Amino acid sequence: MPLLDKSDIAVVGGGLVGAALAWGLARAGLKTMVLDGADLDPRASRANFALVWVQGKGLHAPHYALWSKASAERWAAFAAALAEDTGIDVALSQRGAFSFALSLGELDGLAAELEQIAIETGGAAAPYEILTAQETRRHLPLVGPDVVGAAYSPADGHVNSLRLFRALHAAMRHRGVDYRSGHAVERIEPQGNGFRLVGAYGAIAARRILLAAGTDNQRLAAMVGLHAPLKRSKGQILVTEKCRPFFEYTSATIRQTDEGGVMIGDSEETHTSAIATKQEISAVLANRAMRVFPCLAELNVVRSWAGFRVKTQDGLPIYEQSASHPGAFIVVCHSGVTLAANHALVVAPQIAAGTLSTDLAPFHSRRFHASENS
Amino acid sequence: MLLRIREPAEMVTFSFDGRHVTAARGDTLAAALLAAGVDTFRESVVGGEPRAPYCLMGVCFECLVTIDGIQNRQSCLIEVREGMVVNSQLGARLVTGCADR
Amino acid sequence: MSMRRITDAGTLAPHYDLVVVGAGPAGLSAATEAAAAGACVLVADENLEPGGQIYRAVTRNTQGRQDFLGKDYWKGRIITEAFCASSLDYAAAATVWSLDAAAAGEDHATLGLTLGGAARMISARAVILATGAMERPMPAIGWTLPGVMSAGAAQIALKSASGIPGGRIVLAGCGPLLYLLADQLLRAGANISALLDTADKNQRMAALRHLPNFLLSPYVAKGLSLLFSVRRQVRVIPGVTELAITGARRAEGVRFRSGKRQETIAADCVLLHQGIIPGINLASASGCIIEWNDTQRAFQPYTDSHGRTSLAGILSAGDGADIGGAEHAAVSGRIAALAALADIGLLPPSQIATRLEELEKQRQLYRRGRAFLDTLYRPARQFLAPPEPDTMVCRCEEVSAGTLRQVIALGVPGPNQLKTFLRCGMGPCQGRMCASTITEIMANERGVSPAEIGTYRLRAPVKPLRLAELGALPQTPAAVVAVTGRPPEHRSIEEEGKKQ
Repeated sequence: MPLLDKSDIAVVGGGLVGAALAWGLARAGLKTMVLDGADLDPRASRANFALVWVQGKGLHAPHYALWSKASAERWAAFAAALAEDTGIDVALSQRGAFSFALSLGELDGLAAELEQIAIETGGAAAPYEILTAQETRRHLPLVGPDVVGAAYSPADGHVNSLRLFRALHAAMRHRGVDYRSGHAVERIEPQGNGFRLVGAYGAIAARRILLAAGTDNQRLAAMVGLHAPLKRSKGQILVTEKCRPFFEYTSATIRQTDEGGVMIGDSEETHTSAIATKQEISAVLANRAMRVFPCLAELNVVRSWAGFRVKTQDGLPIYEQSASHPGAFIVVCHSGVTLAANHALVVAPQIAAGTLSTDLAPFHSRRFHASENS
Repeated sequence: MLLRIREPAEMVTFSFDGRHVTAARGDTLAAALLAAGVDTFRESVVGGEPRAPYCLMGVCFECLVTIDGIQNRQSCLIEVREGMVVNSQLGARLVTGCADR
Repeated sequence: MSMRRITDAGTLAPHYDLVVVGAGPAGLSAATEAAAAGACVLVADENLEPGGQIYRAVTRNTQGRQDFLGKDYWKGRIITEAFCASSLDYAAAATVWSLDAAAAGEDHATLGLTLGGAARMISARAVILATGAMERPMPAIGWTLPGVMSAGAAQIALKSASGIPGGRIVLAGCGPLLYLLADQLLRAGANISALLDTADKNQRMAALRHLPNFLLSPYVAKGLSLLFSVRRQVRVIPGVTELAITGARRAEGVRFRSGKRQETIAADCVLLHQGIIPGINLASASGCIIEWNDTQRAFQPYTDSHGRTSLAGILSAGDGADIGGAEHAAVSGRIAALAALADIGLLPPSQIATRLEELEKQRQLYRRGRAFLDTLYRPARQFLAPPEPDTMVCRCEEVSAGTLRQVIALGVPGPNQLKTFLRCGMGPCQGRMCASTITEIMANERGVSPAEIGTYRLRAPVKPLRLAELGALPQTPAAVVAVTGRPPEHRSIEEEGKKQ
């Protein structure tokens, strides 16, 4: 067996979360290795909606609302640092975003949620407005008559997340990260002064490890005394052919990429393990998109895709170092795009330094033990 | 560009980029355009390069044109019809009701 | 009784015993066979007329007026006539954009189909994919210029519009179809300046072991007479490499190397061809297992000897399953139809055993010699994985070979990650024009077999459809909940009033 590639840290998972952290670790001076899976492994990084999104996040979890907001604010610096390393512009645009309501019930729901978050954060959450149908149309003349109103927040935006994914991989290369695809980790064996990561590829030793393997974290966590209870959440998205710019903001359900294509999302199914897309979900997505922007009706849909969200039981991230196996870290999160700036610029340096800040304590998995015991 | 080596049995007339064109009934629109001497059907979306049909069988999507106001249609899969108004597809499509910016 | 033409989605039955996708020799034969056995059959095809590409426009053309098409073409008449006399539904100009195999506990597959501007979901107890072949893309410098077409495109123009490319024609590539087309164009009076044969001489040795079988095949006499006929009339240049089409806004010439000599020939039309590969998009998107066929150097759906794919109720026949030519396709269509009807209980297996045996024998006959042709005409590596960095590989998203190689060097796990990094395969053609090249380039860079690299995973819609069509389809309550997080709402009058 090939032995001891002397890495300071091995990151398990090369998606947006793993890659952002690995890049951050390498920037912090660590000799970093990334072990990634195969081409068709489930990859939320290839199926996300590319939002840098704050609006509505952190209901009953003010720490998460503020953590998301901080990352959104940090995103410009993150994008600039990536561009400096790679020359790749990830098309960050933070002009604000709308959540469209197609019924008064939906609008009331949005308003109540945002108000609750504002209260719970003591007003520190991102600002927002609830707009009437008329006000919405004043901002966006192309919205259809079925839109009864919208929530708007200036804090939200989007990027080209596929380019972000490539940029992170190019940036890892630039910083000397040893990236290895086709290295699915089957087993983690704690050793005297580190860990052995074993798979069909052989065994690799590292002083420290960071689990960023998306849905596979649940399985890997248990091997080093960590806990990452996930729930199933499948999302589906439609994408259209490219068209000239028509929507300079973004929204949680419709966005136009910098390249021109329109993405239409999204759904959540909790009882399926099949990755294939479903036509009946596509029909609802298409119908709602047309009601929001009737001008999209003639656009050709060229693709649909589905992915599994990396969702914990409460939907919030886990950031943790193993108590029983110090040096084993885990990051589990659903919003790999929004939080990429925090991961690269805040979390990675902390892991590099060996300790997670107490600010991240609310994201410890002990919260699940509490709820499981109650 | 195509030369017809058999006289069409029946003709139809349509327009392409404002000029009148005749075609044989039963032609696909792509074949009709090529036979009318049209050599560029569209400009590509990313680079603005001239493009024309490559496969004529629905695979390559190089023959996209605007037909009666509907953009990005595969002219190789559509039968030419009397009075059709056809235009080159210049780059990415426009969204209805939205000015070209 | 005869075939019923359906021109709008609303006229389709909601349910069929068998839906056949494609109206080439395989699809027409399958449908004819199934209809004769009394099944309720729909044939959905993208083209305007039955016949597929090989027998394109055969119902309109006449031997008197289109004599240049050669005698094999007219065999299509027998197939289309039998089809038109069958009792079945036929939807021309129809796009099948999704196919979902029967869910657990159900006995029917579901197809999404667009016809006459509207989409419709229909179900079928069995589906035969007879989606045919496409030409293997032949990326070269300048192949996106107007004036460059595939050889198959020229043949389609000849069949469907009695049209030949005007001006000076250069054919480039390899394989029997290139010579067949040259012969047809010459008979039709076209002006062919040269045929640049890119066949890889190294393949001759490899093909030798298949030669005895080939010599017994029905292709020998036809093939040899074609070769001689074309060589007599056209300058054929063997061993061509470093092919590039020159021109600024359209093709003006072809530059190439033959041995030590580099040459440029003026051309108004350049026709490229390097064999055909199965059209697998619908099979792949439906979730059929796709496997690598090393002899044909292409991915194809896995099928058993009767055309069953890895998914129950979905079969595949003809060149879309396994390249074998028109006559082979027709027989494989019949076999698949019998298998499908037996599987759904419309024909007792005992009743079809003899017929299946006879058809299998015919199929073996048509298979004979294919291995020799496939091996002899396997394209040279430089035409599978173009070495010039500026060669456009993904024509839709305009991604060049050089860019692809740079990103492959980052260590990407496979074509699907490459697709997300560079958008190759994300344009309207949905990877049809670049998938094979992407796999070949990646295999070449990594020094492994294309089988190890794999290909794009595809999703519905496999052909673009308008958002309005998709949005007009019936909504299930479960899907509404999945999207909105709340049960379907019926808008109240009060809300309607407030909206104004």
